[in-house]
Amino acid sequence: MRFSYNWLREWLQTESTAEQVAEKLTAAGLEADSVTPLGLNLDGVVVGEIVACEPHPDADRLRVCQVEYGQAEPASIVCGAPNARLGLKAPLATIGSELPGGFKIKPAKLRGVESFGMLCSAPELGLGEDKSGLLELPSSSQAGQSIVDAMALPDWVIELDITPNRADCFSIRGIAHELAAIESTSIHAPMIETAAVASERSVEIELLDAADCPRYVGRVIEGIDPQAKTPDWMVQRLERSGLRSLGPTVDVTNYVLLELGQPMHAFDLEQISGGIRVRRANQDEALTLLDGSEIKADADMLLIADHDKPLALAGIMGGADSAVSDQTRDILLESAWFNPATISGRARRLGMATDSSHRFERGVDPSLQKLAIERATALIIEIAGGQPGPLIDQQSAEHLPQAVEIELRVERVNRLLGTELSADKMADLLRRLSMQLESDGEVLKVRPPLRRRDLAIEVDLIEEVARLIGYDHLPSERPGGRLFSQVRSERMTPDRLVRDSLQARGFQEIMTWSFVSAEDLDQLSMNESSQPLANPLSVELGILRTSLLPGLVRTASANLRHQQSRLRLFEVGHVFKTGQAFSETRRLGLLMAGRREPERWNQAAVDTDFFDLKGELEQLLSLLGHDESEIEVQAAQRNWLHPGQAAELRLNGQVIGWFGQLHPAMAAALDLDHSLFVAELALDDIVQRALPAYHSAGRYPAVRRDLALIAPDGVSAAQIQKIVKSVAGTLLEQCIIFDVYAGKGIESGYKSIAIGLIFREVSRTLTDEEVEKVKHDVIEALQQDCNVRLRGTV
Amino acid sequence: MAGQDGHSTILQSALAEVAGADELRSLDQIRVDWLGKKGKLTAELKNLGQLPPEQRREAGQAINQIKRELAAGIEQKKVELEQAALNARLSSESIDVTLPGRSLDPGGPHPVTRAMERILDIFRGLGFAVETGPEVEDDYYNFEALNFPPHHPARTMHDTFYLPDGRLLRTHTSPVQVRVMKNQSPPYRVVAPGRVFRSDSDQTHTPQFHQIEGLLVDEGVSFADLKGMLNEFIQAYFEDELEMRLRPSYFPFTEPSAEVDIRWRNEDGSPGRWLEVLGCGMVHPNVLKNCGVDAERYTGYAFGLGVERFAMLRYRVDDLRLFFDNDLRFLQQFR
Repeated sequence: MRFSYNWLREWLQTESTAEQVAEKLTAAGLEADSVTPLGLNLDGVVVGEIVACEPHPDADRLRVCQVEYGQAEPASIVCGAPNARLGLKAPLATIGSELPGGFKIKPAKLRGVESFGMLCSAPELGLGEDKSGLLELPSSSQAGQSIVDAMALPDWVIELDITPNRADCFSIRGIAHELAAIESTSIHAPMIETAAVASERSVEIELLDAADCPRYVGRVIEGIDPQAKTPDWMVQRLERSGLRSLGPTVDVTNYVLLELGQPMHAFDLEQISGGIRVRRANQDEALTLLDGSEIKADADMLLIADHDKPLALAGIMGGADSAVSDQTRDILLESAWFNPATISGRARRLGMATDSSHRFERGVDPSLQKLAIERATALIIEIAGGQPGPLIDQQSAEHLPQAVEIELRVERVNRLLGTELSADKMADLLRRLSMQLESDGEVLKVRPPLRRRDLAIEVDLIEEVARLIGYDHLPSERPGGRLFSQVRSERMTPDRLVRDSLQARGFQEIMTWSFVSAEDLDQLSMNESSQPLANPLSVELGILRTSLLPGLVRTASANLRHQQSRLRLFEVGHVFKTGQAFSETRRLGLLMAGRREPERWNQAAVDTDFFDLKGELEQLLSLLGHDESEIEVQAAQRNWLHPGQAAELRLNGQVIGWFGQLHPAMAAALDLDHSLFVAELALDDIVQRALPAYHSAGRYPAVRRDLALIAPDGVSAAQIQKIVKSVAGTLLEQCIIFDVYAGKGIESGYKSIAIGLIFREVSRTLTDEEVEKVKHDVIEALQQDCNVRLRGTV
Repeated sequence: MAGQDGHSTILQSALAEVAGADELRSLDQIRVDWLGKKGKLTAELKNLGQLPPEQRREAGQAINQIKRELAAGIEQKKVELEQAALNARLSSESIDVTLPGRSLDPGGPHPVTRAMERILDIFRGLGFAVETGPEVEDDYYNFEALNFPPHHPARTMHDTFYLPDGRLLRTHTSPVQVRVMKNQSPPYRVVAPGRVFRSDSDQTHTPQFHQIEGLLVDEGVSFADLKGMLNEFIQAYFEDELEMRLRPSYFPFTEPSAEVDIRWRNEDGSPGRWLEVLGCGMVHPNVLKNCGVDAERYTGYAFGLGVERFAMLRYRVDDLRLFFDNDLRFLQQFR
């Protein structure tokens, strides 16, 4: 809501400057976004009237004007504005004056012709945005009159950001009431008298949906002057509220909207056939609106129609065909109360927001309709003449909001605010807000004014009390109270430990978008079961991420372009999948690329490989308290991974994630020069852990036996370890793979694997025979189960 | 058999050999040559038997004297040689200690995480428990239970992303409060951190950002408690006694509602401009009722803040969008 400070001051006497008004309103909950001064420092700028206008002898675009400005001789001014013309009144900055930008006006020669002053545009005077030409002043202004007087300056435009609950403050009247309450003064509203009926013309009005429109006040005015001009003062006020002048009738309805908060509409009476019917639209009923847009109404939209056709979209915008034009002599004024629920969301659905819909959605004062139409009638007659007809007042009282009575318990106020206010103090504050009340010292029975539709229950009034006292004057209590504990389970690793572990290992946390594009997913072949948004901001952000991979890859790609030679990235975030059932899970994503170690004099220039990533995962799980025996890794395919370097990770038998090299074909398609190693784990699964349970480490020595094995290529290390563990049983403490080799000296199709078996018995020293027996059994089992044999045997 | 002078000569020549030894091995050879079982002095001792008995004792003593002196000389030389060897080794092992060590470059947290953890730590210290919830919510948890009636204009304050089935991306973390109140009994003292979404994108808005919302509901909780707690939090977070003010505002789920401004401090320490940093208020009785809490017996406060905003203020980041660009040259500044 933008408004003129001078206009507001017409409604109440205040000593406060515009800045102070803005501060007071802000402190009371009507946040002022800006205060813009108009017409400061305009000494020496006067109304100039162009009495002669000749082309410049040496410049096509310039004109030489003789400008009357209240002195004996007119001033000769060279001017390039396209609208400089005979008879125009425009601001003249006289010699010696200084414009708000600091520009000093001196006599000057323009292309050989002397100029004694400058005719000004609005922005040159800080009075507006229109740079297209000179600021055109009303013809009624006097040449030589100071511009400040001619334009009712100085003034200040205050812009308020009004919260949705304060529908009452979308008007000068509402803001004046608010400021009066804050300053504890009273308002003096303009006198609004009932118009003397001078015509019998009337229109039948039917409320076909009384719940949607329980009140419709109308009036015909006949014989207005289509040539009439809106007076300057009204144009200025409208402009300072951001509205353009569109002719007297529309200007008056807009003026009343700004002044009282009642949206109004004027119809061209000739276009109404039969009478007014306020009704719901038929589905897809067509209507061309004032702004030229053609809509097809939904069945839940309310129309103002006549007996043949729709005339207006109720509470939102009038129709083009029934609008008042510069030929219109007879009009029907509308001043209605629409149910907020009927208007709410409809304009938005059509992609519109109008001053009218904004107010009706939030709730207009249901007692205002007659007052507003009388105000509009008087203004129209004053400006454009005409004979008012009788007031037509259709209403369905049962559907109109009723005044409420709210009980306010003094003790409750003080308990909620931590105050010790008396009933009298509260009563005083509420009366300042135009509330009627009775008090017995403990309970106040309060009746708020109808315009305050936001006040319905006790706590609403408590807020009013708090607001008027000022939040900064309410007491403050340091934290205290009863002690209690917040227990965090030791079986749950805090996220912070996961992050800290990764960070200590060199990983940088990133945060990427929760949205991806279909293309992002297609590039990685991971578009299965993805969940699109119904109303995305753009195609690029159209789908909820199904994985952290697209964000990791995108981030890696961008940073590799910035010449980062080594990447260690991780992200923690929610991912979403649809399909049989919708799922939202927290995942941990990792990415490694580039050098294994940072570039240093003593570190080899070796690229990261699969086992660097696997090692990091093992390290992480181990740091999070997972025993090696809980973890299992198997080769497993994923569309986006290198088929020979792809694995699935299981924790206690359950798949918790995948890792491997990003598919080289995809890396190439993404213009990546590096191999990327990527992983994703289900975070909620890895942060669960068992409590440590002590078992004796044993005081007896371990025995180690090393086996050099020859295994067929198809046999995995995991298979060998599994057999070893199952055969060796509890005696085996550890099985280490300390060498893997294939190539020269090893038959093709085979590889050599060296394993170290460490045996220990907790309660005694193992005998050689025992160990040899187990070793023998292990060799036997390996041979039988997967054709793995000891090196050097056949 | 050498006489007195002969012994002295023997010692001289043995000691000369010792002096000439330049490494431990040759010194040991000298020891063996002279003092070993087949050594020259050992041979001399064996030859004593050939002397007349009256000379044996004296000669024996003389040889043993030489042996002792020679052994002492060898030992001394050995120490010298060992020292020299150690010196040589130490000298050969000297390095340029200013060369960089062998290490991995450290990683670090995202600045939003860093700010979030700091904020959560402060609230944990004040006795709040941390609760989280899903990012895809339904209308009930995100709006209705929080006293946003259908079609209410307050909903337009939240530009909401919807799924085709009508569910939505939460516009705030308040749904977590609803879940907590529905699933547990009062008193409640929780903070809910997390990612939230609004369909808005420009210089100062990103379609996703992070919030921390807090809820405290107990018997006798007042607006004064809210003010005191906020003051404590602001001063703790910024480690500065910043001036704070509350302005009335409107949120459907609180009443009275307030916006909180802090008076920023300029680089030179002088008071700067007021900055809006969070929203708060007393939990609306309708919200308590919707969650099955007795609104007469219990009162409480709720507050919500944007983590990016707090990170920007604390670390003097001037562009919100940097947080989601993930340029390592930016991220690595927040280790």
